[in-house]
Amino acid sequence: MNPSDARGVLRSAGGSSSGKNQGGESVVEMSPSGLRVLVVDDDPTCLMLFERMLRTCLYQVTKCNRAELALSLLRKNKHGFDIVISDVHMPDMDGFKLLEHVGLEMDLPVIMMSADDSKSVVLKGVTHGAVDYLIKPVRMEALKNIWQHVVRKRRTEWNVPTHSGSVEETGERQQQQQREGVSEDGGDDNSSSVNEGNNNWRSSGSSRKRKEEEGEEQGDDDASNLKKPRVVWSVELHQQFVAAVNQLGVEKAVPKKILELMNVPGLTRENVASHLQKYRIYLRRLGGVSQHQGNLNNSFMTGQDASFGSLSPLNGFDLQALSQLPAQSLAQLQAAGLGRPTMVSKSGLPGSSIVDERSIFSFKTQPQMNLLHGVPTGMEPRQLPIGNRMTIQQQIAAVRAGHSLQNSGMRMPLAAQQQQPFPRPQSSIRQTLLPNRVVSERSGFSGRSSIPESSRVLPTSYTNLATQQHSLAFSNFQQELPVSSFPLASAPGLSVRKPLVSSSSYQEEVNSSEAGFTSLSYDMFSSKQNDWDLRSVLSPHQEAYPSSSMSRNNNTAVAATDHTRNHQQQTPQGMVSHHQVYGNGGSSSMKVKSETMAFHEQYSNQEDLMSALLKQEGIGPVDTEFDFDAYSLDDIPV
Amino acid sequence: MQRQVALIKQSLFDQGYLDEQFVELEELQDDANPNFVEEVSTLYFKDSARLINSIDQALKRGSFDFNRLDSYMHQFKGSSTSIGASKVKTECTMFREYCRVGNAEG
Repeated sequence: MNPSDARGVLRSAGGSSSGKNQGGESVVEMSPSGLRVLVVDDDPTCLMLFERMLRTCLYQVTKCNRAELALSLLRKNKHGFDIVISDVHMPDMDGFKLLEHVGLEMDLPVIMMSADDSKSVVLKGVTHGAVDYLIKPVRMEALKNIWQHVVRKRRTEWNVPTHSGSVEETGERQQQQQREGVSEDGGDDNSSSVNEGNNNWRSSGSSRKRKEEEGEEQGDDDASNLKKPRVVWSVELHQQFVAAVNQLGVEKAVPKKILELMNVPGLTRENVASHLQKYRIYLRRLGGVSQHQGNLNNSFMTGQDASFGSLSPLNGFDLQALSQLPAQSLAQLQAAGLGRPTMVSKSGLPGSSIVDERSIFSFKTQPQMNLLHGVPTGMEPRQLPIGNRMTIQQQIAAVRAGHSLQNSGMRMPLAAQQQQPFPRPQSSIRQTLLPNRVVSERSGFSGRSSIPESSRVLPTSYTNLATQQHSLAFSNFQQELPVSSFPLASAPGLSVRKPLVSSSSYQEEVNSSEAGFTSLSYDMFSSKQNDWDLRSVLSPHQEAYPSSSMSRNNNTAVAATDHTRNHQQQTPQGMVSHHQVYGNGGSSSMKVKSETMAFHEQYSNQEDLMSALLKQEGIGPVDTEFDFDAYSLDDIPV
Repeated sequence: MQRQVALIKQSLFDQGYLDEQFVELEELQDDANPNFVEEVSTLYFKDSARLINSIDQALKRGSFDFNRLDSYMHQFKGSSTSIGASKVKTECTMFREYCRVGNAEG
């Protein structure tokens, strides 16, 4: 195929192979030329080598020796690249963190590589969502096959539209894809061909992101052609999604129902299905991230990264959702103020009980809106059907606002509340950045991006919050966390979010307090995470936060998934509690059970964080109840 | 002259200094990029010289910061692997092993 064709095909459909022969399968063998690759490695020798090899494969190569530079390149040119190859060990930024960022923000396939072939690192790559892991020295054959990842990702996007379109074509495409997917990827033992399995069985994979603005691009017309635009899960869309999921319950959420709840024209079940899958992975990852607590700033991200890796799409979603909610919820929250009780009562949702707990927690320790952290009040507005959730969120949000929305990373609403000038350095973070991402971003921020301000802007603030959260957490429990936490919280129902947020906030907090938070195992307690997030966000609230979150976390761990969430929120003393509430509510829908494990881990970290926070706040560590099984999160299914 | 070069190269291979990766490198070179191997090698030497320098300084210090040394080694190992300097890579691995156990003598 000529390069331009391939390129076009790849770009649009990412399946030059599939595009080529709708009916045939032959295309697969050719590695699409013109694939736009971005290589990131601090070693100039390797970089040069790679560039040369990729050029030989007829790919378009851009090399970069710094992760920050790579990220900015990617951001500037959203669709300028098809795939990213990154080294694991880099001085300026951890490769995994970069991986998460890319996954969350741009949803591009990322391949990790390293001279290090230890299984643990490879596993880390997998959990962070890398589509592949290559061992140096990288062979040409391995590089020749990287296009399959692009195709695979695109394929899932197509799948959605195929509904309306010609099914046969899709089927063919899929067959081709599968064939391609099956082809070995270099022969590296450590290559993790995770995606192959994933993509093949589910269109969710990269999930088509639909751009809301674009409406249904996929539609039926695109069913057969490769040019289907990806479905972009905007913040609002994601919020809707999370709300729907929370409403249904994470465990029980099925794409069909979610689709109905969301009631978005043009969105197909496949879109939702893939998105849901990603979301679940994300949540799971959050749960298992607790180990990263490391440096808060980074660890926070890392943890999230891990979970994000896979969930990155989800994160983006959460952010979106959260951002959306925050705006709305903020308003509500403010109104609700610390009306904890309201939340509690409202939590009609599964998490209601949890929420109550959460709210209680949050209020107990800190009437602050920290709850908001967990509960993306903003997000909730959408979810009004969730009703209760929202209320709580709002309350939380309100509380948060009172406190220091800093943690609002999660929730935008909080952010709004927070009026505090969180330095949201990262407003650009993009709303798609799920709180987790935000967290990581935040680390970068270190400044508290004023999340609250943007709360209205939810989408933006969301991002910022997320980012802020990270930075907040990292630099100091910046209150920005609320942002990150909010995203999580925003959807009480959005259990998904919460975990994200909480983790992010958590992480942030961790960073600030101790770098150990990152392990907010989101899975376990999405709410927990919220708590954490709250915590981080609440840094100002820390005093209340740590204790509350801690206690909450502990409690949550014990409680059922839903409950855990609530608890979690409570734990973060002020802010955190919100999260928990949120988390509980949300978590219930989320797979709290599995998450619980993760959550535990988080708590352990949280505990530390809490202590740190508390110290900071001067509150004494409230309850390091974290000891609750959360610590056993280690076994979180990563 | 070319024969001499070939001989030297062969001996390097035999002694285990270079391995298949180098062959791959050579394959990458073609008419469009005639000096590829040379460029990469130069780059490698420059980069590793810098790395060796920092390693040297780190070793000179009284107390050994094994973590730092380990990361240097990892970097060095990565570069060496990429161009096919297998012996160097092996040494790096050994060095790292020593670092891991804290063996300052090794």
